[in-house]
Amino acid sequence: MGKVRGAIVVDIERCKGCGLCVVACPTDTIVLADEVNGKGYHYAKMGNPEACTGCTNCAMVCPDSCITVYRLKPEKSK
Amino acid sequence: MRELKLMKGNEAIAEAAVRYGVDGYFGYPITPQSEVMETLMAMRPWETTGMVVLQAESEVASINMLYGGAGAGKRVMTSSSSPGISLMQEGISYIAGAELPCVIVNVVRGGPGLGTIQPSQSDYFQSVKGGGHGDYKLIVLAPSSVQEMADFVGLAFELAFKYRNPAMILSDGVIGQMMEKVEFDEYKPRWTDEEVVKNNPWGTMGKTPDRERNIITSLHLQAHEQEAQNIKLQAKYKEIQEKEVRYEEFMCEDAEYLMVAFGSAARIAKKSVEMARAKGIKAGLLRPITLFPFPFKEIDAFSDRVKGILVPELNAGQMVEDVKLAVNGKVKVEHYGRMGGMIFSPDEVENALEELIIGG
Amino acid sequence: MIDVKDIIKPENLVFKKSKLLLDTPMHYCPGCSHGVVHNLIAEVIEEMNIQSETIGVAPVGCSVLAYNYIDIDWHEAAHGRAPAVATGLKRLLPDKFVFTYQGDGDLAAIGTAETIHACNRGENITVIFINNGIYGMTGGQMAPTTLEGMVASTCPDGREHSRDGYPIKISDLVAQLPGTCYVTRQAVHTPGAVRKAKKAIRKAFENQKLKKGLSLVEVVSTCNSGWKMSPVAANDWMAENMFPFYPLGDLKDE
Ligand SMILES: Cc1ncc(C[n+]2csc(CCOP(=O)(O)OP(=O)(O)O)c2C)c(N)n1
Ligand code: SF4
Ligand code: SF4
Repeated sequence: MGKVRGAIVVDIERCKGCGLCVVACPTDTIVLADEVNGKGYHYAKMGNPEACTGCTNCAMVCPDSCITVYRLKPEKSK
Repeated sequence: MRELKLMKGNEAIAEAAVRYGVDGYFGYPITPQSEVMETLMAMRPWETTGMVVLQAESEVASINMLYGGAGAGKRVMTSSSSPGISLMQEGISYIAGAELPCVIVNVVRGGPGLGTIQPSQSDYFQSVKGGGHGDYKLIVLAPSSVQEMADFVGLAFELAFKYRNPAMILSDGVIGQMMEKVEFDEYKPRWTDEEVVKNNPWGTMGKTPDRERNIITSLHLQAHEQEAQNIKLQAKYKEIQEKEVRYEEFMCEDAEYLMVAFGSAARIAKKSVEMARAKGIKAGLLRPITLFPFPFKEIDAFSDRVKGILVPELNAGQMVEDVKLAVNGKVKVEHYGRMGGMIFSPDEVENALEELIIGG
Repeated sequence: MIDVKDIIKPENLVFKKSKLLLDTPMHYCPGCSHGVVHNLIAEVIEEMNIQSETIGVAPVGCSVLAYNYIDIDWHEAAHGRAPAVATGLKRLLPDKFVFTYQGDGDLAAIGTAETIHACNRGENITVIFINNGIYGMTGGQMAPTTLEGMVASTCPDGREHSRDGYPIKISDLVAQLPGTCYVTRQAVHTPGAVRKAKKAIRKAFENQKLKKGLSLVEVVSTCNSGWKMSPVAANDWMAENMFPFYPLGDLKDE
């Protein structure tokens, strides 16, 4: 059994770059982008995609409900 | 078949509300109108028609309970007297802004301040000129008998729903406390929830899949949106002014002198007209029944026909301003008033006509 | 190596924004707790499948536009009057779910009377109470819940009780009233806290079905703009300073 693998999709235009997801992520997957979105916010993105376990912590604390989370079923993530 | 009863004006309001199929009454005790809620509680309408009757913690709360109930599209009403109506002004302004129907009964007492528990008409300005903040109007009905106290409950609801606008019954302690014979309509069933949804598709009855969500609000953060709402409101008020004026004439056909009086003052003025006629003075009375919309045109029609107009009111001179606006200087208009709960007698008013109008 | 593209597939979906949360971007400041609580309410209504039976009452405060975000019927209330508006709605629609969403200024200052009496009558409604210790909407003035020593624009040297009185624990007060069935204090600053807060909100809605009386869920929240901190620092400050005075947990569950 390998490690559980996950991924997040951030609704970039909805994101306000508050950074709460960055802190909530236990695996340091998320960073704020150097680039900005249409509203001028440094949006959240996966800086370290391999680390994501799909735990949903980031999505839960996101005030703007920008994050969608996917997780591979354990048997697939060998 | 109409049913005949002997009762006080305040009790008639309660009886008429249950018979009309009102869904909810929310109120707070204050003299001289506490009998409205007391009568309702004694009638126990929740056991018969299903009407809700609730004593709130204040008039601020009761008017906001109305706001919630009216938002759902239900028939809701409250009653109070002057100091309580002052507390309701915030809520009334919101209800007018959000364009919701409801009925508010004001059994006026003398003020300002805590004032007196005796009858007065000193809340005319508050009722017809706004009262709360913002550009809005209430539909205002002024009963002058116990029968009208009863009849105007239904009329107020009909107008309120027709125009999605709060309506007020502006009464006073005389009519509230007076006992008279009154005929009542038969009981009408309350609207079922299905009827509420059908009649008032804008109500917050829960967002079903077949429609967008309903939002009851008076908030328009953008100035241009607020102005658009104001324009819409003004157009509605104009339509009400054009279509809904109600008034009564008494001995006006050949009148040389006119009295304009509303509510309890009009009852007294009627006697004064008869007394004047007995003396050979051709007096008449025009009684506005709707204070908004005010019978401006109808009063103006007398400006070329009469030699003067007396406006007897139980206040320092409020409706007289609208009468002056109506005739616009074309004929002499004088106010005669008593204040603070004092009530003029028919001969005081008749004297005033002779002194201020005929002799003056 | 598994590619991210292989993970992002419908069958692997584990979390997405509630269907009842509309796409309208929220007007709240970045990091504001209001947004998290909105999502939780939307999730609970969605999971209980009560969209067509729920009416929200929006307050005056930063959440005055709450009705733009959750796809249900909404009713505005004047500042502080939400519990009275909700009373009118619920008394006439006893089988619907009615909730208010109120800030601390709304619920514990200008609307204290409406709050206490709705609680005392045991109105069968849910009250969601966002306690961020400050008036957010009007620009960061002192609230009834502002901590002693805490700075706000109308107490620039910090709240001083000889002048400003003490912070009020309104949840403790209403927990004393027999009309309330469930009073709890929650937060949404960590994933664990969010999970608990959601359970609390769910229970507060379920209680309406059981006709148990009034349920109040206080959410100790941040207003990073008003507090003049970053969202992350505001969460830390809240944990350090607000929680000792406003301890999390159930105050009443009957
Ligand atoms: C009668 C009245 N008084 C004052 C205001 C101005 N006002 C709007 S929101 C607010 C305070 C809101 O604070 P709170 O309830 O704590 O909510 P927050 O904005 O922090 O979410 C005030 C004083 C108003 N709208 N109405
Ligand atoms: S928590 Fe949400 S809004 Fe904040 S940075 Fe992360 S994705 Fe963006
Ligand atoms: S002012 Fe405070 S409460 Fe209002 S949106 Fe901003 S962070 Fe949230």
